[in-house]
Amino acid sequence: MVDQDAPLPELSPGEDFVFARGRGDVLLIACGALAREIVALIEANRWPAFDVQCLPAIWHNTPSRIPEGVRKVIRSAKGRYRSIFVLYGDCGTGGLLDKVLAEEGVERIDGPHCYAFFTGNERFAQTAEHDTTAFFLTDYLARHFDKLIWEGLGIAAHPELLPLYFGNYTRLVYLAQTRDPALEDLAREAAARLGLDYEFRFTGYGELGRALTARA
Amino acid sequence: MSGDDELDLRSLNDEELTQQIHDDLYDGLKDEVVEGVNILLERGWAPYKVLTEALVEGMRIVGIDFRDGILFVPEVLLAANAMKAGMAVLRPLLIETGAPRLGKMVIGTVKGDIHDIGKNLVGMMMEGAGFDVIDLGINNPVEKYLDAIETHKPDILGMSALLTTTMPYMKVVIDTLKEKGMRDDYLVLVGGAPLNEEFAKAIGADAYCRDAAVAVETAKELLARRHNRLAASA
Repeated sequence: MVDQDAPLPELSPGEDFVFARGRGDVLLIACGALAREIVALIEANRWPAFDVQCLPAIWHNTPSRIPEGVRKVIRSAKGRYRSIFVLYGDCGTGGLLDKVLAEEGVERIDGPHCYAFFTGNERFAQTAEHDTTAFFLTDYLARHFDKLIWEGLGIAAHPELLPLYFGNYTRLVYLAQTRDPALEDLAREAAARLGLDYEFRFTGYGELGRALTARA
Repeated sequence: MSGDDELDLRSLNDEELTQQIHDDLYDGLKDEVVEGVNILLERGWAPYKVLTEALVEGMRIVGIDFRDGILFVPEVLLAANAMKAGMAVLRPLLIETGAPRLGKMVIGTVKGDIHDIGKNLVGMMMEGAGFDVIDLGINNPVEKYLDAIETHKPDILGMSALLTTTMPYMKVVIDTLKEKGMRDDYLVLVGGAPLNEEFAKAIGADAYCRDAAVAVETAKELLARRHNRLAASA
């Protein structure tokens, strides 16, 4: 919901900028797994232009739901915003998300998935062969490892599934958006539970930050 | 469907036991499935009959409920594990008794991709349906597919990918087959979560198979069509 006549928030230097939905006129449609990072960027950069609508992060496990889910939000938002931008990679939709976006005339951030655009798409592609047996976590996935991975994939209830899911992986690579020792501990612990070697890579917000800067 | 801890499988007649094996497969109860399979064999069922009527039919039901969103990946994996255990009992007997064979398939996950859950399910269901399956495993470069084709002379080449970034490699394999003038010698079936029919068509595959049950039906149908075509032109 955008009230085009509503005044932009007034800020004085040094005052905290707190994001609130419904104020901006550029709608960001995003995966729920990016919500915290998007809001952090908006607040850190004091961008008043953005409104954000997130779709369920659990669709990470069922990507076939993403294209039509995004289309539904686009259609309900059209005409109410100056522009719409989608913060999803292809995310396992096999090009179907791009097809929907082409039909709706909306663009998305470049990249196959968030692991790539956090790392930098070019760099991610360069290391793809080296990382064939790597299982990636982001801040979000480290934070919600239990819910999304351990319980979501049924490993908690059926430990015998663990080798079926992770038997071919050798390393867990934590792609960190922030430097947070607590999240590092969670990621390291996740690697141990999966029986994988652990590697830490700080990515920051990568191309997510650049994409938002260009549209702010 | 579970909760029959005290149930004595031997007290069931054949029809009830077959139904119970379907239920136990659905619930991923490996030990119970193996026990049921052994009882049917003791009762004189041919291994092929046990395979098709108890295991394959049970997994077909699992497949339908997966497609309809009633079951999810963990439940399907547990069911597949139970079926695998039943297959392990039957496999040597099937070889001994010479069960009908429908054809041969080489299957593997493409280069850069280590995901094999879907591929393994397809391989198992194809085997259950009467195909000889040569499983190349994961992360296969085109050369490995070509070597396997040369060695095993299959009817079907199956390729699997889970990643958006690795699925284009299927086209590399198909284009190589075309360059070598071998493309039309094989049915090429592709599958994996991010794929769709449009993609399969665009890369020149014969069909996209959305799940293991569809893979079996598609393989049977396309092979039958091919045999009919060959017979008509002979």
